[in-house]
Amino acid sequence: MSRFREALECGEFVVTSEVAPPLGTDLSAMRRAVETIGPHCHALNVTDNQGATLHLSSLAASRVVLEMGYEPIFQQTCRDRNRLALQSDLLAAWTLGLRNLLAVTGDDPRSGDHPHAKGVFDLDSTQLATIAAGMNGGHDMLGRELDGATDFFIGGAMFPEAEPWDIQLVRAQRKVEAGMRFFQTQAIFDMAKLERAVEALRPMGVKVIAGVLLLRSPRVIDFINRRLAGLMVPEHIADRIRGADDVAEESIALATEQVREIRQIADGVHIMSLGLDSAVGRILETKDS
Amino acid sequence: MIITRPRDWTRITDNLASIDAKGVFLMGCGQCATVAHTGGEKEVLQTKAVLEQAGYTVTGWAVGEVTCHLGGTKLESRKHHEDIEAADAVLVLACGAGVQTVADAVSKPVFPGLESVFLGNVIRHGVFEERCQMCGDCVLDLTAGICPVTTCPKGLLNGPCGGMWDGKCEVLQDRECAHVRIQRRLKEQGRGGTLGVLPPKDFSTKLKPGAVNLRDKKGGDRP
Repeated sequence: MSRFREALECGEFVVTSEVAPPLGTDLSAMRRAVETIGPHCHALNVTDNQGATLHLSSLAASRVVLEMGYEPIFQQTCRDRNRLALQSDLLAAWTLGLRNLLAVTGDDPRSGDHPHAKGVFDLDSTQLATIAAGMNGGHDMLGRELDGATDFFIGGAMFPEAEPWDIQLVRAQRKVEAGMRFFQTQAIFDMAKLERAVEALRPMGVKVIAGVLLLRSPRVIDFINRRLAGLMVPEHIADRIRGADDVAEESIALATEQVREIRQIADGVHIMSLGLDSAVGRILETKDS
Repeated sequence: MIITRPRDWTRITDNLASIDAKGVFLMGCGQCATVAHTGGEKEVLQTKAVLEQAGYTVTGWAVGEVTCHLGGTKLESRKHHEDIEAADAVLVLACGAGVQTVADAVSKPVFPGLESVFLGNVIRHGVFEERCQMCGDCVLDLTAGICPVTTCPKGLLNGPCGGMWDGKCEVLQDRECAHVRIQRRLKEQGRGGTLGVLPPKDFSTKLKPGAVNLRDKKGGDRP
């Protein structure tokens, strides 16, 4: 049984963060990140060719996190594999001891480092979650009985700030129907919108883990506002960071305030530290930091 | 219609050089490539001038009525038999289907003069957009006449994806998200609740190469 799942289902406020596998075979930097942020977290997401850029697989790196004594959330995108490969990797993940699954669509290849790649998208994230839930029930997507089932704790992504909200809400509802039990949100800057989402989603029996993104430099803000259409940093927050004497310190202060607010609203927080891993403990205001 | 665009000129001259071709016969198409302004009479004559300027001899030219129609293209080729025989190669300003039809109709080496890019809707004169991928498993009945497989850059049946912002697409940021459009139109038509989770698509309907033969079973199996 996943500790992360247990904590969420007990109503404990959970903390997650994420690590990126290397572009190469040297895992030492990832291990350092895991050692730094792992002790503050219930679970660590292991990204799957994030931003459509090449990295070592989430499957192998998730296993490394597990062997280090931390709990991974195995991320699976629909961009790089067809339904045969996705199902095969789900079975592999379970046998490797991976218990938490985050099913996401994945960024389009044309935004990544291999813009000439074919985006597979044989399935979408809702269909993938449906299939994983089916495997938990002991069968593959064709309904054939598995020789040994899975019992994944299945989650997905959602974006409380993206309008139109009525469409987002229906979408989230469908994901819950497909078997998702937790959502990790994209970065939250508007707490009222987070509250709106949590109020609507909690009655469906799904947990909401709110994303906090460390705006560690003005470049990060520019990148988000220019490249990631889905994440818009509001002007007052951008001004606060840009106008600070010590930008990194100000971003840590901002994230700390956001975490405090989220504790009052959501079921957990997901910290995206963008490499400023040593700050994660401070942002969470945990005693040993 | 099939949308084409001019092929990179150096690829064409490399193709001709690969067989040491000096004399070229040009074949356009009176259908799609004429509407797309890539292989009509005007473009064929422009290409003729460019080839001649580059030192090639253009032995003749034709614009087939429907170049992908094998019978018609064979007839057109017979009409220009001498000019084609005088050439070392035939350069076809038509889609890939037209190029292959010409290649079946003549004995000379045939090269493509265009790139075939998509099945396009003519939005207005000179403006073409891809709306259908001919997947063989139509979902337009469920999606309010808007195809997510084609107009969502990721081809998602269930959306929007996590990148949608203010109703806009993450990949093509100047466009409205296909899934937002679908949901809105369903709502406007009072069909708001009809789109559940769409199951994974049947891609076996798109197995290559496609073929339809209405003469099979004497055309008797159509409903």
